[in-house]
Amino acid sequence: MVGIIGYGTQIPRYRIKVEEIAKVWGADASAIRRGLNLNEKSVPAPDEDCATLSVNAARDALKRAGIDPKKIGAVYVGSESHPYAVKPTGTIVAEALGICPDVHTADLEFACKAGTEGMFIALQLVKSGAVSCALAIGADTSQGAPGDALEYSASAGAAAFIMGSENLVAELLETDCYMTDTPDFWRRENAHYPEHGGRFTGDPAYKKHVTGAVMAILERTATKPEDFDYLVFHQPNGKFPVQMAKKLGFKEPQYRYGLLTPTLGNTYSGSSPMGLAATLDEAKPEQTILLVSYGSGAGSDAFIFRTTERLLEVHNQAPKVRKQLDEHKFYLEYGSYAKFRRKILKPE
Amino acid sequence: MNVPKHWREIPERYRMEAGKCTKCTKILFPARLVCPFCGNKEFDKINLSGKGKLLTYTIIRTAPEGFEDFTPYAIGIVELKEGVKVMGQITDCNTETLKTGDQLVAKFRRMNEEGKTGMIMYSYKFVPDLGI
Repeated sequence: MVGIIGYGTQIPRYRIKVEEIAKVWGADASAIRRGLNLNEKSVPAPDEDCATLSVNAARDALKRAGIDPKKIGAVYVGSESHPYAVKPTGTIVAEALGICPDVHTADLEFACKAGTEGMFIALQLVKSGAVSCALAIGADTSQGAPGDALEYSASAGAAAFIMGSENLVAELLETDCYMTDTPDFWRRENAHYPEHGGRFTGDPAYKKHVTGAVMAILERTATKPEDFDYLVFHQPNGKFPVQMAKKLGFKEPQYRYGLLTPTLGNTYSGSSPMGLAATLDEAKPEQTILLVSYGSGAGSDAFIFRTTERLLEVHNQAPKVRKQLDEHKFYLEYGSYAKFRRKILKPE
Repeated sequence: MNVPKHWREIPERYRMEAGKCTKCTKILFPARLVCPFCGNKEFDKINLSGKGKLLTYTIIRTAPEGFEDFTPYAIGIVELKEGVKVMGQITDCNTETLKTGDQLVAKFRRMNEEGKTGMIMYSYKFVPDLGI
C-alpha cells in the first residue's frame, strides 16, 4: 500500500485583479471574467521563485508527514520556471530540508504536467521499494507575455507531496497516463515567454488528453464519474475544467474544492497538485479523489486516491490552501506587478 | 558574496542550523568552533524554529547593490523562541504598520543574485507569522 503521507502548499501573498491587467491593455475585463472564469491571480514577490515556493511548501508537507527528512530518498521538482537553466532546483530543496546527501533528485519539465510527473515517479519508486519515502513538488512562477491572454492567468504557487507506505493520509488506488505529440504551447530556449496555439489549446490538446486519461482510468478500474467523491482537473483557466467535468458526467460538488483558478490563476506545474491539496484539506476519511493533470506538448496523468482516517489528524498541522488563498492578500497595481515580474527594462 | 562563501553558509542560511554547546547548553547561531561562554569545543547541531518576535528594526529606502528592487524594506533583529537573536530582512510586510513585538517566522527566500547570469543566493527572511 503506497500513497501520500504529507502535503503542503505555498501561495504568494500578492495578487493582481483581472481589471488591473485589462485596464493597461484596453481589454474588456468583464468579458475575461465571464469567458475564462478568472477574477484575480497570485503574483510572486521579487524574492520568491520556484525554489523558495517549493521549500516552503515542502516544509509544511514535512509537518503533516511527521517524519525525519532523512527518510526521504528522492526529491522531484516539476516546473517550467526553474531558477537556473542548468543547475538543479531539487538540490536546493533537498539541502534546505536537510535531506542531503543520501537522496536522488531530478528536475522535471512537461509544461503544466511536471508536478504530477514527479508524483507519479515518487509513488512508483516507493511502490517498488527503492526508497521508503519520496518528495514530489509541482511549483511555478508562471510566465505570460505582456498583453497576451496568458497574462491574466499565469500565477505562482507550489504544492508538495511526500509519498510513503506507512501512515498514509491518502492511499493510491490506480494511475494511468495519456500522451501524444501535440504542439499547443511551448517556450523555446532563451525565450522569455511561452507561445501557444490559441484555440488549438482547447479541443485537440487539453480536452482530448484530459478525456483520454479519464476514460482510460475509469475503464481500468471499472468505475463511473459518480463513484468519486471529488474531482481535480488541471486548471489553465476557470472555464476548461468546469466544461470538461460537466461533459464527462461529473457534478459541481465533486470539483468545488479543487477548483482554485478563479482566484489563484494557473500555477502551471502546481495547478492540479494544489487542487488536490485543497481537496485533501476538506475531505473526510474513506473518500475517493480523481486527479487528472494536463501538460501541453501534450499529456495527462490520472490518479485515484482514497483518503484514510489519518487525514483528519494532519488537517491542521499546516496551513490549509483556502487560508493561504483567501487571507492576508496584498493587491498590486500593474506597475508594481511589472516590477515584481521583471517586465521593466532597466540599464545593465 | 562569492560562491565558496555562500556555499559554506548553506547550513545556517537554508536550515537555520545552530550549535548547542554540550557543556553550558548555550545556542550559537551561526555555529562556532569554540563556545565563547565556556570554551567548550563540542556542540550538538540543532535547527532553529525560525519563530520569534521583532525586537527592533529599520526601514531601508536607499538599498545597497542587489537589493534595489526590494525598497522600501525592513531589516530587523528577531528574538527567536530559543532565545537567539538573529538579524534579517523582513519581507511580505507593510513597512508602515510593522512594529516591535510583532510575531515573525522565517521563510526560505531569494536573498540576492550575482547579476542576470550569476549565482542566486538563498537564505532565511522573516515574514509576519499569520499562519499562512
